[in-house]
Amino acid sequence: MPDAAEPRRPPVALPVDPDVDLHVPAQRAELARAPWTTLGAVSAGGVVGALARHGLAAAWPHPPGGFGWAIFAVNVTGCLLIGVLMVVITEVRQAHPLTRPFLGVGVLGGFTTFSTYVLEAQAALDAGAPRTALAYLAGTALAALAAVVTGVRVTRRLAGRAGTRRTADQGER
Amino acid sequence: MTVLLVALGAAVGAPLRYLADRLVQSRHESSFPWGTFTVNVVGSALLGFLAALPAGEGFTALGGIGFCGALTTYSTFGYETLRLAENGARTLAFLNVAASVAAGLGAAYCGMALASAI
Repeated sequence: MPDAAEPRRPPVALPVDPDVDLHVPAQRAELARAPWTTLGAVSAGGVVGALARHGLAAAWPHPPGGFGWAIFAVNVTGCLLIGVLMVVITEVRQAHPLTRPFLGVGVLGGFTTFSTYVLEAQAALDAGAPRTALAYLAGTALAALAAVVTGVRVTRRLAGRAGTRRTADQGER
Repeated sequence: MTVLLVALGAAVGAPLRYLADRLVQSRHESSFPWGTFTVNVVGSALLGFLAALPAGEGFTALGGIGFCGALTTYSTFGYETLRLAENGARTLAFLNVAASVAAGLGAAYCGMALASAI
């Protein structure tokens, strides 16, 4: 949806695949350039993300076949944060080459999960609660997409404001 | 102990997703995010399989929560869907969600059926 108040897009376009986009030369080269560092960063990030997800799921259990609020919250939060991250590292500042592998592919990829989402919906179906299953499937998808949009837009707006302030400060000197 | 097993599974699952995504992209030029679609469907099949096995808590932590959890992703899936929609491919964006969910559910049932059969 076009938004008149949104600042004009910078020339660098956001990649389609946030994990790795082989159309971006630096990302295409990263595995050959630093294979173990890159995979290590993804792996370490994945551990952090998965442990956070496990902790939340253990602290917020739900009856078998019920609405899985913990994984819902995990997936929606992860989507909000990937929106923030991608704008920051693509449009706002030059990030360290390991930022995307560690935070995006690793932490957020490991934190969020598709397999548990599917299995929780299936458990609700098997428990004879098709409405819960449908609400969980559609609700997560809609909330997750809204979260990505929110993450991208809010970060752009904040970055735009900070950028304007920086330019104004430089102008005064 | 459970925490260690989750960590171990995720330490393997996350880089495997990254490698699988690269492999799929290098073989298949498409605007549809086949890489993420593939890991999510395969991960759902595997989790369905593991869920139907009479497995212990440790096994679930390692294979299910750690490995399958980190192999599959919702953040990448959500982000790619938004990018497709923004790039004008709204039908593809909708198809990505519908096909991923349908294929994921189908794959999970297949995994369960396979586990029950053996």
